[in-house]
Amino acid sequence: MYTQAMSVGPQDVAAKVKTAEEAQREEAFEARIAAGDFIEAKDWMPEHYRKTLVRQISQHAHSEIVGMLPEGNWITRAPTLKRKAILLAKVQDEAGHGLYLYAAAETLGTSRDQMVDALHSGKAKYSSIFNYPTLSWADMGVIGWLVDGAAIMNQVPLCRCSYAPYARAMIRVCREESFHQRQGYEALLVMMQQGTAEQKAMVQDSVNRWWWPALMMFGPADKDSPNSEQSMRWGIKRISNDDLRQKFVDATIPQAEILGVTVPDADLKWNEAREHYDFGAIDWAEFWRVVGGDGPCNRERLGARVKAWDDGAWVREAALSHARKQATKVQAA
Amino acid sequence: MSDNKQAAPAVSNEWPLWEVFVRSKAGLDHKHCGSLHAADAKMAIQLARDVYTRRQEGTSIWVVPSNQIIASDPGEKGMYFDPMEDKVYRHPTFYQLPASLDHM
Repeated sequence: MYTQAMSVGPQDVAAKVKTAEEAQREEAFEARIAAGDFIEAKDWMPEHYRKTLVRQISQHAHSEIVGMLPEGNWITRAPTLKRKAILLAKVQDEAGHGLYLYAAAETLGTSRDQMVDALHSGKAKYSSIFNYPTLSWADMGVIGWLVDGAAIMNQVPLCRCSYAPYARAMIRVCREESFHQRQGYEALLVMMQQGTAEQKAMVQDSVNRWWWPALMMFGPADKDSPNSEQSMRWGIKRISNDDLRQKFVDATIPQAEILGVTVPDADLKWNEAREHYDFGAIDWAEFWRVVGGDGPCNRERLGARVKAWDDGAWVREAALSHARKQATKVQAA
Repeated sequence: MSDNKQAAPAVSNEWPLWEVFVRSKAGLDHKHCGSLHAADAKMAIQLARDVYTRRQEGTSIWVVPSNQIIASDPGEKGMYFDPMEDKVYRHPTFYQLPASLDHM
């Protein structure tokens, strides 16, 4: 899973006045990036680079964690034991991906508690896609196919991110994630090829509901993406939102044809001259509404996270007390 | 060491951080693969299994408290490692031998 929110956030304040030494360090840093060098946790980096990464990586981590909720909704209702085992493995992967990413963000000097607190207080964002409800079993297939498909397209370039701990986490995530997309597509294929008319209609309904939110996952149009340019220059971001979105549409439409479903876009058409699909306008008002907290499930998702965290507090405290007590015993012996 | 890290909160009830090293198969060395929070060493091993070896990536796990790792200073990278650059005679390829016994 992935966050579109990487480029959504307050514009960072312009750098304060720099000393000559700072300016020199920054110049050396920019030269390293330009030369394609990777930056490691303890290397010097401009404060703005650090902040941008903390924001992006933590939002990405939050998305993985919140992303477990819509799918967790169907674990007990999976139609077969096989599908249940697959879904469990996928949801467990999302938890793992969240942990890799939190760990990467922590190398930048922010604590896990600070990040969790930012999520729970609503200060930090996560991908808006998870604020839509999962109404039918077909949604499990469509999330794998479209949502994880969009995530993979977004995440592959991040494997070359200039910040090495993030890039390493992304390599691991990408390696694990291709199963997510394939299992989703295969589940849909079974329904479309062997299912009843009702099951086929369920798949089409699901595609109709997820198509536009999936396209929104790539974030605002390039012209409305204020932090993108700096992120590109710093090698945090490698491909623009609009280019990735186009790549996704081009890759996905042939898959929809094989599946036997259509996407809900009357303007979708192959453009011979561009050698790309043209597609209709995205409803950005809806995007900003959901980012702003007013999507179908925002309150429910955040509420579930906060409850899980609060309900687990006694476990965390007990484990820590036990460990401290054991350590004291060893010291005393 | 980095001089621009944000200070950690004074009193933390976070579980300590551990670095995880995994041996992918017998005969190979343990390799650093990431980190995680755990209350104690036993839990760190258990969580490392769940987080880093879900697809048979490992046959053995080491965990080390992160604050026990001592690292070289990245700021002194040049001073530390550059002197080895001009010691080509430490490599076998420096020595030209007759073609007939060049496999030595």
